[in-house]
Amino acid sequence: MYLCSLFLGKSKEAEIKRINKELANIRSKFKGDKALDGYSKKKYVCKLLFIFLLGHDIDFGHMEAVNLLSSNRYTEKQIGYLFISVLVNSNSELIRLINNAIKNDLASRNPTFMGLALHCIANVGSREMAEAFAGEIPKILVAGDTMDSVKQSAALCLLRLYRTSPDLVPMGDWTSRVVHLLNDQHLGVVTAATSLITTLAQKNPEEFKTSVSLAVSRLSRIVTSASTDLQDYTYYFVPAPWLSVKLLRLLQCYPPPEDPAVRGRLTECLETILNKAQEPPKSKKVQHSNAKNAVLFEAISLIIHHDSEPNLLVRACNQLGQFLQHRETNLRYLALESMCTLASSEFSHEAVKTHIETVTNALKTERDVSVRQRAVDLLYAMCDRSNAQQIVAEMLSYLETADYSIREEIVLKVAILAEKYAVDYTWYVDTILNLIRIAGDYVSEEVWYRVIQIVINRDDVQGYAAKTVFEALQAPACHENLVKVGGYILGEFGNLIAGDPRSSPLIQFNLLHSKFHLCSVPTRALLLSTYIKFVNLFPEVKTTIQDVLRSDSQLKNADVELQQRAVEYLRLSTVASTDILATVLEEMPPFPERESSILAKLKKKKGPSTVTDLEEAKRERSADVNGGPEPAPASASTMSTPSPSADLLGLGAAPPAPTGPPPSSGGLLVDVFSDSPSAVAPLAPGSEDNFARFVCKNNGVLFENQLLQIGLKSEFRQNLGRMFIFYGNKTSTQFLSFTPTLICSDDLRANLSLQTKPVDPTVDGGAQVQQVVNIECVSDFTEAPVLNIQFRYGGTFQNVSVKLPITLNKFFQPTEMASQDFFQRWKQLSSPQQEVQNIFKAKHPMDTEITKAKIIGFGSALLEEVDPNPANFVGAGIIHTKTTQIGCLLRLEPNLQAQMYRLTLRTSKETVSQRLCELLSEQF
Amino acid sequence: MQFMLLFSRQGKLRLQKWYVPLSDKEKKKITRELVQTVLARKPKMCSFLEWRDLKIVYKRYASLYFCCAIEDQDNELITLEIIHRYVELLDKYFGSVCELDIIFNFEKAYFILDEFLLGGEVQETSKKNVLKAIEQADLLQEILRQKVAGPF
Repeated sequence: MYLCSLFLGKSKEAEIKRINKELANIRSKFKGDKALDGYSKKKYVCKLLFIFLLGHDIDFGHMEAVNLLSSNRYTEKQIGYLFISVLVNSNSELIRLINNAIKNDLASRNPTFMGLALHCIANVGSREMAEAFAGEIPKILVAGDTMDSVKQSAALCLLRLYRTSPDLVPMGDWTSRVVHLLNDQHLGVVTAATSLITTLAQKNPEEFKTSVSLAVSRLSRIVTSASTDLQDYTYYFVPAPWLSVKLLRLLQCYPPPEDPAVRGRLTECLETILNKAQEPPKSKKVQHSNAKNAVLFEAISLIIHHDSEPNLLVRACNQLGQFLQHRETNLRYLALESMCTLASSEFSHEAVKTHIETVTNALKTERDVSVRQRAVDLLYAMCDRSNAQQIVAEMLSYLETADYSIREEIVLKVAILAEKYAVDYTWYVDTILNLIRIAGDYVSEEVWYRVIQIVINRDDVQGYAAKTVFEALQAPACHENLVKVGGYILGEFGNLIAGDPRSSPLIQFNLLHSKFHLCSVPTRALLLSTYIKFVNLFPEVKTTIQDVLRSDSQLKNADVELQQRAVEYLRLSTVASTDILATVLEEMPPFPERESSILAKLKKKKGPSTVTDLEEAKRERSADVNGGPEPAPASASTMSTPSPSADLLGLGAAPPAPTGPPPSSGGLLVDVFSDSPSAVAPLAPGSEDNFARFVCKNNGVLFENQLLQIGLKSEFRQNLGRMFIFYGNKTSTQFLSFTPTLICSDDLRANLSLQTKPVDPTVDGGAQVQQVVNIECVSDFTEAPVLNIQFRYGGTFQNVSVKLPITLNKFFQPTEMASQDFFQRWKQLSSPQQEVQNIFKAKHPMDTEITKAKIIGFGSALLEEVDPNPANFVGAGIIHTKTTQIGCLLRLEPNLQAQMYRLTLRTSKETVSQRLCELLSEQF
Repeated sequence: MQFMLLFSRQGKLRLQKWYVPLSDKEKKKITRELVQTVLARKPKMCSFLEWRDLKIVYKRYASLYFCCAIEDQDNELITLEIIHRYVELLDKYFGSVCELDIIFNFEKAYFILDEFLLGGEVQETSKKNVLKAIEQADLLQEILRQKVAGPF
């Protein structure tokens, strides 16, 4: 054949030479004066195509190819169309000519020519073609006299045009007739039409709703047919597998059928498909099992999509469970993949979890990395509170030998799971340090930033974190990321372990400094900051650190950043007073954090529409609305019944239960949106703890879950205050109808006046909005206002309530007084109503300095050398309200041996004594 | 389906069919990357892999790799059988097809594919019907060949 001469020079160079010669020859033929006959034109166009397909660029011949389209000879036309299909470019001049030729062929009523023209449109699918033919093709498709093969091409041609330019395909009468093609006698027509209907139904579900019952009955006829019934449409003893898959796919555009008869018939089909999976194979050929299982997997996808038949879901899960141990790698892969979606259904989540051993085993034994990757995905999807520790442990141990290509992703997943399911944050800290130990190179900045954010935002884990990093740093060779984390944490919280002689300040410093010289510049810079923080935390190592800073290797370091830090820190440590140092080098404030940067990174890595994300969203909806272990139902009934957790601080006082949104006419109203939905969520778990943390401080993170973070910053003077509430959207999706509402009981409203303005109802992904609350204390009060936040995220309604830490002690003014005055007043306030006393066990280590700080943070003055027993603490202050001022005295007596405290409050008003005593007792 | 590629063990592209609009540059880049990825895989490995945001389904027949890119919700196993059915069609038409058949009769390989798959979707699964369409065309060609004199 004429191509042989072209084929294959001995070397690449020879081939190129040969081809260039041929191209020149063809060019001259095309340009020559002699008109080429159709056959020669076809020959040269075909040669050009061949050359193109060998991987060479072709920039001419288009015109000749277009000429071939109008030939009456089939093969010439065919080659012309092939050239256009493979090599078309949007040259508008040509497109008009091509469209003309197509138009003629479509009108020719010659089915072979029509087929060629339709194939060409489907292959090119450009907008110009859609403009020219999108109106015409539906007519061909539904015309009564159109040949079956033309119908098939027309259906898929229209599908292609709809994909490129949906706006150009007009819906109309033809749609209902297309739906009825599902009933066509010719299975080829049904096969092509089903694809078209599926795509159209995705965008116009209403218009194609009738396709559901037709698809179900068609599917039912196929799955119940004997293997020979469908003749050539049976493939290795499986009746019409492609059509079955397409029909099952079409049904996934819709919810379960409402008509019970249709629904019953569909359930029967799905059961039949599941049953067939258990039958012995009709052939040993892999094509038989592949086709059969293709239908099975599509049926399982539909079952998962409907997510309504627990029985089918569990059967699907069991079937996939069998595949997990199948000898075919392909089936194991698909079973793992499919189970990932099953894990997100509440009906089958538990059933999926039973396969944990098989899946972790797959991590160890699968030889194909893409299968192991699926196993990691599935472990991630099936993880919940009950198995988080096991799964994280398995992932960590796999990480030691994991393929380099997926290590980073595993690190991210472990970090996310550890954070998400940490009940005990010491476990979280251990896990992250293990990550750094095992796969330090793959621990991205996001991960180690995150552990530091969490440690800084949670004071209950700080001591443990300091101790653990200190121990980890003892290893002779540790990863630089550990030095970073260690340096940062010890710089902030090294003081918490400095009491132990084994981790004295000097030992901590020497340990860090022993790593210094092996580290990169950014890490060294971080360590220099740690050193200056040490100067503040531990005055006893100041001179040692100054010596280090002063050394030539620092002061004259070639790196500008290091040199500058050394110079500045040295100077700072020399000239600044202790107070200034303490202010400059104060502990880091909590991070006003937005989205878990790690989650963001994983999403970026995996794309926005992955299974894990779906799963994520589903979980967030169902369980983690408040970041707590139990789902928080947003029900109206909780309004009047205080939730059991709401009374932690109550201690016999009036229960601080919210009494619902007040009527909008009230004068002291704090309800800023009286028309907001009335259902208020019960208090978020952990809300009480967070509340207690704010009694002695004014700034920090009040609440945080997967979606939302609420930060506070407040200031008080006399009986007035102002609170800034920061709402941070941690996701990348907008919050809509974002409505924060302050809820006060009638009692509270009489004593505490709150005023605020509405916030913008839309909070962009990653954005933070601020709300200012002006506060006036009218009279002393016991309860706390509740902050309820409602918004829509994705399609779901979110409802969160937290207690807002506005407490009586915020209106304290400290009063300094001498010993004599103190005891004189103390005696004056000796009536039983004025004194309230509480004896309680210490909940935190009994540290004198911390206690002092807390009393000052509480708002009273701390009076030194007043109490004859130096171990005791006494304080005094005045509570300012609009109506009156109340003098308060307090005395706290620690008993170290018993690990107990006795707290005594004396004020001129019983309710004040009572409330202050409650608030302060919770702090030690 | 977004595209189908046929390439040899040496990485030479033998057939390419794109069902989504892409620039030539993009097509070349995708082809290079995928050929490399697939050729690097070992024989017993599974036939599916994730690639960018697509799923790749591939199978080797003798010296040729058949490789399809499908979307997230598409069915991997049925795609594997699309490949097999296409191989059967080529086999039946050429009579025990080999790489050279596809090189020299590339236009036939394309015509058969167009009858079987159109716009990335299965159009006709019946072997008889697909081959009937192709044979009819060949018949037209034969008639023409007799009419047009000239050396071949």
